Amino acid sequence: MSATGIGASVKRKEDIRFITGKGHYTDDINRPGQAYAYFVRSPHAHATIDKIDASAALKSPGVVAVLTGADTVADKIGAHVGGVTVYFKDGSPLKTGTFPALAHGKALYVGDPIAVVIADTYLQARDGAENVVVEYGVLPAVVDTASAAKPGAPQVHDFAPNNTTFNWHLGDQAATEAAFAKAAHVTKLDLVNNRLIPNAMEPRAAVGDYDEGTDVTTLYTTSQNPHLARVVLSAFQGIAPENKLRVIAPDVGGGFGSKIFIYNEETVCAWAAKKIRRPVKWTADRTESFLTDAHGRDHVTHAELALDASGKILGFRVHTIANLGAYPSTFWSIVPTWLYGPLLSGQYNIPAIYLEVDGVYTNSAPVDALRGAGRPEATFVVERIVEKAARETGSDSAEFRRKNFVASFPHQTPVVFSYDVGDYAKALDKALELADYKGLSVRKAASAAKGKLRGIGFSAYIEACGLAPSQTAAAIGVGVGQWESAEVRVNMVGTVEVLTGSHSHGQGHETTFAQVVSDRLGIPIDSVSVVHGDTDKVQMGMGTYGSRSGAVGLSAISKALDKIEAKAKKVAGHLLEASDQDIELKDGKFTVKGTDKSIDWVSVALNAYTAHKFNGQELEPGLKETAFWDPKNFTYPAGVHICEVEIDPQTGVVTIERWTAVDDFGKLINPMIVEGQVHGGVAHGIGQALMEAARYDSDGQLLTASFMDYCMPRADDLPSFKIDTIETPCPSNPLGIKGCGEAGAIASPPAVINAITDALGHEDIAMPATPQAVWRAAQKAVTKRAAE
Amino acid sequence: MVHVSMAVNGRQASADLDPRTLLVQFLRENLRLTGTHVGCDTSQCGACVVHVDGRAIKSCTVLAASCEGAQVTTIEGLAVSGKLHPMQQAFQDNHGLQCGFCTPGMIMAAVDLVNREGSHIDEAAIRHGLEGNICRCTGYHNIVKAVAQGAREMAALPKAAE
Repeated sequence: MSATGIGASVKRKEDIRFITGKGHYTDDINRPGQAYAYFVRSPHAHATIDKIDASAALKSPGVVAVLTGADTVADKIGAHVGGVTVYFKDGSPLKTGTFPALAHGKALYVGDPIAVVIADTYLQARDGAENVVVEYGVLPAVVDTASAAKPGAPQVHDFAPNNTTFNWHLGDQAATEAAFAKAAHVTKLDLVNNRLIPNAMEPRAAVGDYDEGTDVTTLYTTSQNPHLARVVLSAFQGIAPENKLRVIAPDVGGGFGSKIFIYNEETVCAWAAKKIRRPVKWTADRTESFLTDAHGRDHVTHAELALDASGKILGFRVHTIANLGAYPSTFWSIVPTWLYGPLLSGQYNIPAIYLEVDGVYTNSAPVDALRGAGRPEATFVVERIVEKAARETGSDSAEFRRKNFVASFPHQTPVVFSYDVGDYAKALDKALELADYKGLSVRKAASAAKGKLRGIGFSAYIEACGLAPSQTAAAIGVGVGQWESAEVRVNMVGTVEVLTGSHSHGQGHETTFAQVVSDRLGIPIDSVSVVHGDTDKVQMGMGTYGSRSGAVGLSAISKALDKIEAKAKKVAGHLLEASDQDIELKDGKFTVKGTDKSIDWVSVALNAYTAHKFNGQELEPGLKETAFWDPKNFTYPAGVHICEVEIDPQTGVVTIERWTAVDDFGKLINPMIVEGQVHGGVAHGIGQALMEAARYDSDGQLLTASFMDYCMPRADDLPSFKIDTIETPCPSNPLGIKGCGEAGAIASPPAVINAITDALGHEDIAMPATPQAVWRAAQKAVTKRAAE
Repeated sequence: MVHVSMAVNGRQASADLDPRTLLVQFLRENLRLTGTHVGCDTSQCGACVVHVDGRAIKSCTVLAASCEGAQVTTIEGLAVSGKLHPMQQAFQDNHGLQCGFCTPGMIMAAVDLVNREGSHIDEAAIRHGLEGNICRCTGYHNIVKAVAQGAREMAALPKAAE
């Protein structure tokens, strides 16, 4: 392994601009003559929009235009549709409508944009918006996930009776019932997976800029997938050919899924810039981010686990109600179905599983993928019920899991997925050692002596990422294709540009992708640059989400490098007067096997372009190759996280004393970056477990709409983490990569809750386990112990 | 309109401003120093931290007009003659950033923290001192390591940072 090749913890090339304040985030971009947009948003969760009077706003200083839903209809700006179709049990498709750029006729959640004021300055647009007079007919709102489908609830959409968008199922109901019929023990658990707000530190923003001379609209936007944005926006705004819309996602300050979706505001900026013939800029303030970024999670679940007398799992049945919010966001319906159900086997050999999911509409922000997207929800159910089953049967938490682990591969689960490779016991053993599990009882006693409660919690998670084989994706309702593209351009002077359809919004691709090229071609990493995020530069790509940039994006690069190597060897063959079959490429040198005849990379590159040492009709000049990689399978990262907490029963404060993670991500390109992904994911999951919750009141008002009311994890809420890995290389892609971006967020919440309930003496506790909630549970536990 | 004048990164800067203009807006929009970021509307996230007269302040919570005559240092002014400040270098060395959006404010807050608490600041004090800076990407683990290294290296500087 070289100092800059695969497996090296190379420092990031992109850091320089970020640490010196020279990044180019969307709000940093300013176009000459730009106007500023401010959205008028519904203050009601459910209301008819009876009248919009913009006359006073239009007379406000600096206001250039006020646009409403009626204008989108007049200009034939199509309302978006959800990108995924899932089906009812009877095979009929989900009940869905459209997601208009500006609400027209009805507002369906607090924050729903109904008009946009465009003015010369931001403050003028904001002041102008206050002068837009809207008459609403307020209607009762439906907010609660568990009761949204019950008779009598206010209806969000006329086309969805009982607010039901789908009743979906997965697995073998008959086999599962049979398993429960012969169970020696059944563990039951009711859980809520609390609704989260993504809160990437960069608020969403967009700048639309129309060039009359070329009829090209350029849209700068905070997107994880600029090409998908272009496909959708060009189709729904009637921009043809597609390249008359250029989408640029420059530096993006975090996404976590929230910046995948095609939102109202970027749609409006693209349209309005062409309409008013001035650039239109919009940046969310944090309250708007809270109100309108797609929220995550929000499941209510009843689960039951059937065991035999020896503690082996026989069957698992789950019923989940999943809140989708008011409108169909881009990936929406796949998150609580195909990204959730197939993970319910966990790391365990479970013969029979049956899942039912009811998707419901409520008068709340649309719900869509958020770091883990379905897999944290699955892991929370699995690892909480497995823990409860272990405790109910008097088993050690680790050994109960080990007894039920899948031990031979490939392993076909009863819920679609076949796990290709893994070594779950090895990760468990390593985690137990790193966490000093043996010393726990001593530490528990020491805490007790101080009047504190210490507990430990396990999470043995598996996830499915590296989205996805395109045919499989289409079969489950994602028709857009889930391959990734790479174009490797070798320049005349031997430098290399990699144009990738992946997008980096913190993942470090400018470094890791360059490492792969540097390693393969044996050239300095500084001579490799990575290009992403601009639909004018990269032809087409699927973007970054679902932990796919390594498994899919780098696989495309690897395939393109295969082609580069083959072509370069042909050129080298001409220069060295040998067959390309006899040429080896190593450390940036082409050598004829068994001889000392060699030529360096730079000379080969130069000759490929000067083309005078070979017949340019027999061998095309140039050295540039493209590859599209369609995954053969999902990848299956897995691991064990162990959380150890100490609780002060007087205050309910939970301190995470130690966090141990042993993950199997297959081959690691840059261990430093992988660890960083785990740190961030674990922090995100700890936030969910201890402090984060999006709360609406019964009128549908978002009570947690700022950092005052929605608690984000801060440095002093978290410990340092002990992160390690094992490696079972992924067999389905050339580099053996499984992916690591979401695993921490998937693994962590059940580990935290398992630890707290262990410390408290096995009371259940809901997320977030705030000090108030923990204090209450601790009092109950004290009372219960006193009574025993 | 109000006329405001201050020194920013060692250069005089002045403008006629709407009196409501926040310092962060003056920096980003009038001076096009876009390294200082806006991440929230309740003064909590810290992405906007700059130094005014040698102390860290949240530039989203201070009016430009109230900085009349002040010495302001932003992230763009931290490196001297093209040489990175040790705290900046420490963030790169320790992978203390991912998306980079919180990073300028984090670095400015960290420099101020070390100025106040000294170069032997420990993990607990670093974590406590960064309570006013939110990061969603890193989980803070590497930020803490970066600040500890930056603190040690700052002690080796010929004079105090700034």
